[in-house]
Amino acid sequence: MSRVHADDASRLAAGGFRRRFGRLTGYWLALPGGLWLAIFFVVPMIYLLSLSLMTGDFIHGFTQTFHFATYGHTISLYHDQFIRSIMYAVIVTVLTIVLAYPMAYWIAMRGGRNKSSYLLIILLPFFVSFVIRTLQWQFILADNGFVLGTLKNLHLVGSGFHLLATPVAVICGLTYNYLPFMVLPLYVSIERLDSRLMEAANDLYASKFQALLRVVFPLTVPGIFAGVLMTFVPVASDFVNAQLLGGAKTTMIGNVIYTLYLTNNDYAGASALSFTLMGVLLIGIFVYARALGTKDVMEAAAL
Amino acid sequence: MTSQTEQERREAGQGVAAAAIDLRGVEKTFYSKAETFSAVRSLDLAIQDGEFFSLLGPSGCGKTTTLRMIAGFEEPTAGEILLHGQNMVGVPPYKRDVNTVFQSYALFPHMTVAENVSFGLERKRVDKQEIRQRVGEMLEIVGLGERGDRRPQQLSGGQQQRVALARALVNRPRALLLDEPLAALDLKLRQAMQVELKRIQREVGITFVFVTHDQGEALTMSDRLVVMNGGLLEQVGTPHELYERPATRFVAGFLGTSNIMEGKVTGVDRGIAVIDAGADGRVLVPTDRSAVGDRIAVSVRPEKIVLSRDEPAADDERCAVTGTVAEMVYLGTSNTYEVRLNGGEMLTVLEQNHSTSESTAQRGDTVWLTWRPQHSLQLVDEPAAATEGGAADDAG
Repeated sequence: MSRVHADDASRLAAGGFRRRFGRLTGYWLALPGGLWLAIFFVVPMIYLLSLSLMTGDFIHGFTQTFHFATYGHTISLYHDQFIRSIMYAVIVTVLTIVLAYPMAYWIAMRGGRNKSSYLLIILLPFFVSFVIRTLQWQFILADNGFVLGTLKNLHLVGSGFHLLATPVAVICGLTYNYLPFMVLPLYVSIERLDSRLMEAANDLYASKFQALLRVVFPLTVPGIFAGVLMTFVPVASDFVNAQLLGGAKTTMIGNVIYTLYLTNNDYAGASALSFTLMGVLLIGIFVYARALGTKDVMEAAAL
Repeated sequence: MTSQTEQERREAGQGVAAAAIDLRGVEKTFYSKAETFSAVRSLDLAIQDGEFFSLLGPSGCGKTTTLRMIAGFEEPTAGEILLHGQNMVGVPPYKRDVNTVFQSYALFPHMTVAENVSFGLERKRVDKQEIRQRVGEMLEIVGLGERGDRRPQQLSGGQQQRVALARALVNRPRALLLDEPLAALDLKLRQAMQVELKRIQREVGITFVFVTHDQGEALTMSDRLVVMNGGLLEQVGTPHELYERPATRFVAGFLGTSNIMEGKVTGVDRGIAVIDAGADGRVLVPTDRSAVGDRIAVSVRPEKIVLSRDEPAADDERCAVTGTVAEMVYLGTSNTYEVRLNGGEMLTVLEQNHSTSESTAQRGDTVWLTWRPQHSLQLVDEPAAATEGGAADDAG
């Protein structure tokens, strides 16, 4: 009898251990990524935050003085670039939605067995360096490049017409570079829609367009939200497109931070601007999520 | 609406229709790289106004494809689909005056129950006041009056089913199409919904076209039904007709249990053929198309056979065969016997338990099975022959 009890006890203990370990499994799985983020994201962030409040210069060194005035100072100096960046980001995000939605819809609905091939084609430019891709746009949009050169030869545009160094060029480059980030989440959310819902809408007297507007679009809002998150934020802080395709009047906040940090060695100013940008973006995204009622929509789409 | 007037109409080629839904020579072939698949083959079907009509058959028989063609989700490869006399081929689903209850319900998850139900009326631009009133009434009819502001995912399967029904019926379509709507429910709920559906259909008086693979469901609910197999129509009729007079081997086997015997006709007398089924005894079947020497199949329902330990008298005019009880199962209200005939064939016999005494026979007993000749049914293998004989006709 006692033997049996002992066995039971050890089995129970083993089960208890397994249960306890099992409950922790999720944490163990998250540990490597968590550590990575802690070391390479949280630590630098704290360091940058502290740096943004320091005073001093490159030669005499920086000392922590909790100098909050740097924030106000940099914003008053660079608010033009700041507002321009946000505007560009809004325009580019809207453009990518307009371009990506029909594309994602077509691939998800009509792609058939070639869906993954089409997705690969969209991702193919990513196999080329970001900088090289943008430089190609510089070549395409050049004053006497093959697009404008041809148009000028045909006298469709004046000889003084140019695109490079204009907002159009920067917005085109940004839209091109970030389009796939919008296509992919949209594709995922459209692809998992139950096709019977569209049939049900058609059955209930909704034309194809009505079904798209009333059923498909509302149910893919989570996909749009993810796409906006993945384009709006990086576009707002992008500096490569403005640098390669833009001019003095298209400078974005990313370029300012880049120059302040790497050319002027104004570490405090660059850090302060970075944090201001982050704060503005976070607030913007939260307001957007609230406006969409994302929680509700996510729930609906999870079904 | 008798078969005569319908025939007259067909002959005259008039556009005025008696039938709510009329399928004429409808075919559907699916083409893919590897193969072509005939889902529906030359289907003729007339569904009357206000009828509860079922499409019954095993999966892949073409019943759902037929329903989807009526709804407009699929276009027929050939043939015509008439809805109250108007040809619907080429008309998109949103312009057809029929509504569908989907197997998975396909309720819109981002809308409340009331929004789901009002969706169709809003698309038809019905007056707001009227929409509110009709949605309220319809939710009352399906017993969900209090749940209008819930989300579909907050409801049980049975309640979602009712929302799907309300969402379709509120539009007062000329026909309601139901694609296996009860398949996802558990047995008890399914039985309750069967009764409920019949009640609602009587209440609204709309033609119901009901797709199911469940023969019990089709028999209990339908005014008339069609049995389909392999894209072909096997037989059309009332549940009683199809059960009592199955025309084909498939229908006899698919609806309930049938004993099927095969044999050569050895003689025909006054429309009754004598069959040599390889068993000791005599098998008779009424026939109007077979002659001596033909090989035919005969079906007898288990409940039509009387089991006895005594040999029937020589002048007995009933069919009679002898065999040995191979298995006896006590089912409470009845007993089921499996009897092995001397030729080796097995027949199933259902015997009601009329008395509390012991059952008529035990395993191993030699017994006699008798039935009236008119309970023997001659079957055909090819549904095409059945179409000529009975299917093209209307319900009697």
